[in-house]
Amino acid sequence: MIELRGLSKRWPGADRDSVAELTLEVPEGTSCALIGPSGSGKTTTLRMVNRLIEPSGGSIRIGGKDALRMDAVTLRRRIGYVIQDVGLFPHWSVAANVATVPRLLGWDTARIDRRVTEVLALVGLDPARFATRRPHQLSGGERQRVGVARALAGDPPVLLMDEPFGAVDPVVRGRLQEEVLRLLKQLRKTVLIVTHDVAEAVRLGDAVALMRDGRLVQHAPAAAMLARPADAFAAEFLGADRLLLRLSLFPVTALPTRDAPADGAPLPADATLRDALAALLAAGATALPLVGGGSVALADILAFAGKA
Amino acid sequence: MEILAQATGWLRAHPGIFLEAVGDHLLLSLVGLAIGVAVALPAGIAVAHRPRAAEAATALAGALRTIPSLAVLAALLPLLGVGFTPSVLALALLALPPVLVNTVVGIQGADPAALDAARGLGMTGWQRAVRVELPLAAPLIFAGLRVAAVQVVSAAALATFIGGGGLGDLVTQGLALLDTGRMLVGAIAIALLALGTEAGLGMLERHLAQRVRGT
Ligand SMILES: Nc1ncnc2c1ncn2[C@@H]1O[C@H](COP(=O)(O)OP(=O)(O)O)[C@@H](O)[C@H]1O
Ligand SMILES: [Mg+2]
Repeated sequence: MIELRGLSKRWPGADRDSVAELTLEVPEGTSCALIGPSGSGKTTTLRMVNRLIEPSGGSIRIGGKDALRMDAVTLRRRIGYVIQDVGLFPHWSVAANVATVPRLLGWDTARIDRRVTEVLALVGLDPARFATRRPHQLSGGERQRVGVARALAGDPPVLLMDEPFGAVDPVVRGRLQEEVLRLLKQLRKTVLIVTHDVAEAVRLGDAVALMRDGRLVQHAPAAAMLARPADAFAAEFLGADRLLLRLSLFPVTALPTRDAPADGAPLPADATLRDALAALLAAGATALPLVGGGSVALADILAFAGKA
Repeated sequence: MEILAQATGWLRAHPGIFLEAVGDHLLLSLVGLAIGVAVALPAGIAVAHRPRAAEAATALAGALRTIPSLAVLAALLPLLGVGFTPSVLALALLALPPVLVNTVVGIQGADPAALDAARGLGMTGWQRAVRVELPLAAPLIFAGLRVAAVQVVSAAALATFIGGGGLGDLVTQGLALLDTGRMLVGAIAIALLALGTEAGLGMLERHLAQRVRGT
């Protein structure tokens, strides 16, 4: 659980707060995506949580403990940290990079080795192939995976990610998002993730917090924010296709079951409502069959979107 | 060819004098270099994170670098007299600028993302400096060391003018005694020593860069 109360930051010489009176809660085991235009204070907020930036005011509690009264170094070892530029140590092997926090925590060698193997496998890197490699021998996507593995190695309850997939191409980014999503669900970490990409935010965040000029504009579950932006700024930032994006958050099984048969290529059971809509449009049909029986009707999707 | 024969002739006749001169030369160079590095490295580390101090130190090093080696030697003469000690100190002064400047530049150029990650993952300032910052700066620091070493080995030939000994003695004596063989052996040995230092340390430097950066 991360609790920010009235958190503020004013840089020396600035005439206004870069982060102003921010109050935000990330419940245990959930993720919150911080979004907002460039310069809105997302990174500053994130870096105050692990005290890379000292707040000018307000409080931070992590797992119920006052983070501002803890030793900053001890605090950081209990918080996973992933950044856009990854920042792998180029003079160390992948294994040594991943072992950074366990070593700082003073684990014994056998335990560190076991953990490195485990966590590399977790992020989809074959330990036998990658452990001894050096960062320059990795692709961009592999580097990001190592960055995530390194953040997870000390088994921190809290994870901070600042545009973690910003530096990789869209195809790799999509795959990484998917795997990280699966990982976060599986590990039940409490996650604060910064991104400027709305699609990434609603995909990875259980909740989304929208910032503007250092202030919190709206904080809501991803689907709810897409359905009901708080104001004109929020609506514009979320984009004209926000309702389409919202459909991508729900599986076809969210619709009432229809037994009526339909013609055409059947939709897989794990398709999203957006996939279904796209397939309906492509087929020029008002209904399509589902793999495993039943069907999906265009009218039901429209009704679902309208109910939001 | 005849000149070369003179040199080899002298070398065959006086191996003891030659080896002693080489030994003195190396001792002068190593001690001078060691003192220079012992001052420049900590100084570079100390100022690297203070932009104004770093700028001042770099400017000072630049000025020191433009003073000819012989002038440094001559300037020290009235202060410290003649012999081994003033020679070594003059050489240390020569070794200072390249090591200092490269230490500062190397530290300032260390990948900011890696340093940010080091801090964010919970390294103390000390751990970050020793485990990440200095290793990343090492190839550049070592390049500074190579430049300094070559300069020191060459400049040590001038120590003869203030009674510091070394291979320069063979040259000055050869000139004074009109002993071409002796002079040539001194000159060639100085040149080979400088070339060897450059080549040997250059190889080590590439090896180090490979280990740190992987390229
Ligand atoms: N180290 C710093 N010194 C002074 N101002 C800063 C510093 N870091 C960020 N800022 C300012 O704080 C504001 C918020 O920046 P940031 O949190 O990086 O925004 P975001 O991550 O949302 O793009 C910006 O106006 C930026 O100029
Ligand atoms: Mg940012």
